[in-house]
Amino acid sequence: MPYNRAHHRFAVFAAAVTFLLIIAGALVTSNDAGLSVPDWPTSFGSLYKIPHLVGGVKFEHTHRMIAQFVGVLSIILAVWTWRADPRRWMKYLGLTALGLVVAQGILGGLTVLFYLPPAVSSAHAALAQTFFCVVVLIALFTARSWVEETPRIENDERHPSLFTLCLLSIFVLYVQLILGAMFRHHGLSWWPHVLNAAAVAIVLAWTAIRALSRYSGIDAVRRPAITMLALLIAQLCLGFVAFLTRVAWGHDAVQPEFPMVVSTVAHVAVGALLLATTVALAVQVWRHIPVAVGEHIPSRERKPVAA
Amino acid sequence: MNKKLWAAMFLLGLLGLLAGCSKKENTNEEQTTSPSSEMKPAANATPIDPATAASVSGTVTFGGAAPKAQKIDMSQDAACKGNNVAETVVVNDGKLANVFVYVKDGLGNRTFDVPKDSVAIDQKGCRYHPHVLGVMTGQNIEIRNDDETTHNIHPTPKDNREWNESQPPKAAAIEKNFAREEVMLPVKCNQHPWMKMYVNVVKTPFYAVTGEDGKYEIKGLPPGDYTLAFVQEKMGEQTQKVTLAAKDSKTVDQSFKQ
Repeated sequence: MPYNRAHHRFAVFAAAVTFLLIIAGALVTSNDAGLSVPDWPTSFGSLYKIPHLVGGVKFEHTHRMIAQFVGVLSIILAVWTWRADPRRWMKYLGLTALGLVVAQGILGGLTVLFYLPPAVSSAHAALAQTFFCVVVLIALFTARSWVEETPRIENDERHPSLFTLCLLSIFVLYVQLILGAMFRHHGLSWWPHVLNAAAVAIVLAWTAIRALSRYSGIDAVRRPAITMLALLIAQLCLGFVAFLTRVAWGHDAVQPEFPMVVSTVAHVAVGALLLATTVALAVQVWRHIPVAVGEHIPSRERKPVAA
Repeated sequence: MNKKLWAAMFLLGLLGLLAGCSKKENTNEEQTTSPSSEMKPAANATPIDPATAASVSGTVTFGGAAPKAQKIDMSQDAACKGNNVAETVVVNDGKLANVFVYVKDGLGNRTFDVPKDSVAIDQKGCRYHPHVLGVMTGQNIEIRNDDETTHNIHPTPKDNREWNESQPPKAAAIEKNFAREEVMLPVKCNQHPWMKMYVNVVKTPFYAVTGEDGKYEIKGLPPGDYTLAFVQEKMGEQTQKVTLAAKDSKTVDQSFKQ
């Protein structure tokens, strides 16, 4: 299969705009602006008019406009992938992205219509990062390195396997994402999120150290492992600052304060990058480091995953 | 966990949420009898003999040094100008303002007509006026916007129906009421996150809010033993017992500490 540069770049662009959308959404929550536009799908009764962007409306309506743009990008990406990519599973991945963005839009609407119920708002936050991961994966699967290069294979003979550790990392990160969202949306106290942060730190550090100590010769594994480790350290620091500004110092604040907004939004953004990087690492480990003999799949039957 | 289980959990969550919302729906208990803000008994209200009516008044004070008022940053909307200090705890010379005082217990099964007169909430200088409001269940509340910017009025009750409406400058007043009793019901504006106030919804006309001088007065009570509750938005509730004989005029002071 030939590398399609335009398709790949478009996928990267869609992922970048989705990342911006996650930041815009985090700004809405941190500024308590989620209900500043009281109607949906219209904004102050109109589908197309841009309201006066002051106060909370500035955050909420900007979030809605970027979301609409991401919706359009997702339609283009799904259609383009369907037409240009010969891999059947990629066609379905494009459609999955489109389905997720539609579901995400509906969840966003429900948060407005039902006045930000914690369960729906948290689902909206979790689905946002799920969608981001899917678009990042589309960008990864359309990259030249994935499409044209023959993967270097090394068997994994250790227990648990690196791939299992990657899956465990994604699991604890997802739990962390939901706990964090529930705290931000007043559905839970802060301590489950802080407690699970220890589990996240241990599991991700274990995964990164295993990847770097045994498979640093594989670029496709080393790079995301290093990125994951760096993002983990940054995320733990940001989490600590966010805790100080929101819980320790800001619990009596009469309005969202700038340090709290900045640290919390950065915490959400880096969290999204960390999840996407971990998912990318898992995919690269699955491709480059198959489970060795003695586990379920004999190595002879395990063929390298090519384009 | 497989996808079906996640989907089922999500759907169950949504159903639970919808059930919760429908539970909150307004069971409008508005009364249609001739109400009176001067609590003259009507046909279905329990009559009170004005000749024996008593009153209770007093001053609410704050013990210790008054907390420094937090500053508000209104710079995100150029149309917002005015006093930039939060009203969470307002103390003047040791006197505590914005305390809601009401007869919490002692009136038995007496019923009272809903006053015909509306109470007003003004949005001026990107603040709510008053900061603490008392109102009877079903009584009309008229909400006005005197600012040159759009506000949204968003009560976040526990026992009443939640709603959220925007109000542009010079728009017609929004008229609402609350069907159920609820003390310190928060109302906020999501466009201007510092804008907060509290509505106190009770079934009797025997309530007051302390002024800048910390004083309150509740008139027209029938003789009896009562529990007076003093509620402050941050420091919570304190109660005192008081016995009122016919035509009594008693003083009940209260002090809060942080």
